[in-house]
Amino acid sequence: MNYNKITIPLISLLIFCLFWEWIVWFNGWPNYKMASPSDLWPAFWKFRWLFLSYGWDTLWRTVVGLSLSILVGLGFGVIMGFSKTMRIALYPLLVGFNAIPKATVVPVIALMFVGFHDMNTILIVILISFFPIAVSISIGLSTLEPEYKDILLSLGATKFEIFYKIALPKTLPEFFGALKVAATLAFIGTNLMEIIEPHGKGLGHLFDSGKISADYPLMFAVLIALALLGIFLYYIVVMFESIFAGWAERN
Amino acid sequence: MHIELRNVSHEFTLEAGSLPVLKDLSFSVPKGRFTAIVGPSGCGKSTITRLVSGLLKSKKGEVLISKEVVKSPRSTVGMAFQNPVLLEWRNILDNVILPLEIVSKNISRETKIKRARELLKLVGLAEFEKSKPSELSGGMRQRASLCRSLVHKPEVLILDEPFGALDAFTREDLWQTMLTLKKQESFTCILITHDLREAIFLADEVLVLSGRPASLQFQLDVKLGDDRKLDDLYTNETTKSLAILRKQIEIAQKSMI
Repeated sequence: MNYNKITIPLISLLIFCLFWEWIVWFNGWPNYKMASPSDLWPAFWKFRWLFLSYGWDTLWRTVVGLSLSILVGLGFGVIMGFSKTMRIALYPLLVGFNAIPKATVVPVIALMFVGFHDMNTILIVILISFFPIAVSISIGLSTLEPEYKDILLSLGATKFEIFYKIALPKTLPEFFGALKVAATLAFIGTNLMEIIEPHGKGLGHLFDSGKISADYPLMFAVLIALALLGIFLYYIVVMFESIFAGWAERN
Repeated sequence: MHIELRNVSHEFTLEAGSLPVLKDLSFSVPKGRFTAIVGPSGCGKSTITRLVSGLLKSKKGEVLISKEVVKSPRSTVGMAFQNPVLLEWRNILDNVILPLEIVSKNISRETKIKRARELLKLVGLAEFEKSKPSELSGGMRQRASLCRSLVHKPEVLILDEPFGALDAFTREDLWQTMLTLKKQESFTCILITHDLREAIFLADEVLVLSGRPASLQFQLDVKLGDDRKLDDLYTNETTKSLAILRKQIEIAQKSMI
């Protein structure tokens, strides 16, 4: 089982790289149009220390931003899940806010807090990823079957006990579904800020440097590095999911 | 615990106006007795369970448990529904323990487990205490739900069609389990059901409610004694009782239209 879980993705990755190499070679594309996997290794090697340090910058900002967006999402989700009035009041605001392309918010934030690069980046991550979490939690809580509440309410349980013992655990599968979406969105947030804001750090900045210095393999290498970080974070979420919401999985 | 309803009337407020569900309903269940309530669909039977458990307050009249007016939920009540509502993330043992975590926070986990195991053994689920609810059949889940409703030794047990979703044979099994529980545990029970045979097999008396708004229409004393067997359902006397109840339901249904 575990053997298949590792070998099958590796084989599919290998096939993908071979196909990529072949299609570049077959079409005779120059590396500014499409770099091939064999172009990437030199780029990675040349900037290996930058990749490590910038990769770390991007990763920790994303993780901190994502963690805070869980708190924000949980807050909104709980408020909207338990109060119908708040749900009706907040949904249009949140949907409207979420509909604003975050790329347009980046310069606004950057101007608001000039010089606080880490904070700005984390702020964008929160703004971009809290929405799916808030929606999933509010839906999970508001669709809780009344009988679930009744078995505890009829014993005189407090609202907090009902939330803690029933509503929250019951919502966890939906929450983790949303967290997987939020984790990938979070990288978009970090990179938007890293690319758009000058004198930045992080992989987004490295990408921008590659663009300025016309180092096309470097740009592609950054994309691949981001993909790897995304996969890493995604599986961290999957790991937590199997610990806390593994019961929802049926064999 | 003696349960008494005194001239209880209740109505639901809907957008289209108010919908009266209970009208001047009075009955009492003496301590330790098992009362089944039958009546046409939608006549307000489930409202009675919510009133007795304190989840709902009646608009008029009062509900008393051992001479005390029920104003809010109390820990001496146990409930089971048609949907067993087991928590999927807990195993069967922990599901049964749940009420103790609310009403007996101070007793040790060992004591809770001991009590839960005692009940699981009675209903034949001893080997399944570590199973997840999704791994059990519908009948087994309902057995676990019954254990949960009794684990904190409630004085009043309220059953809202707990066997309604089961197939006929599983249901008969559960009836017998219910009789075992009735012998071992001491509780005063109200059973809401649509099944007249179930009402006669389990209860000491059967109340027939009229159509909505419901009031007490008829009361039948069951003379089956304490040692009941499924065969008792096929005697002439039971058949006569069933026919009487059937007739009463028909009258109640007509009063509703």
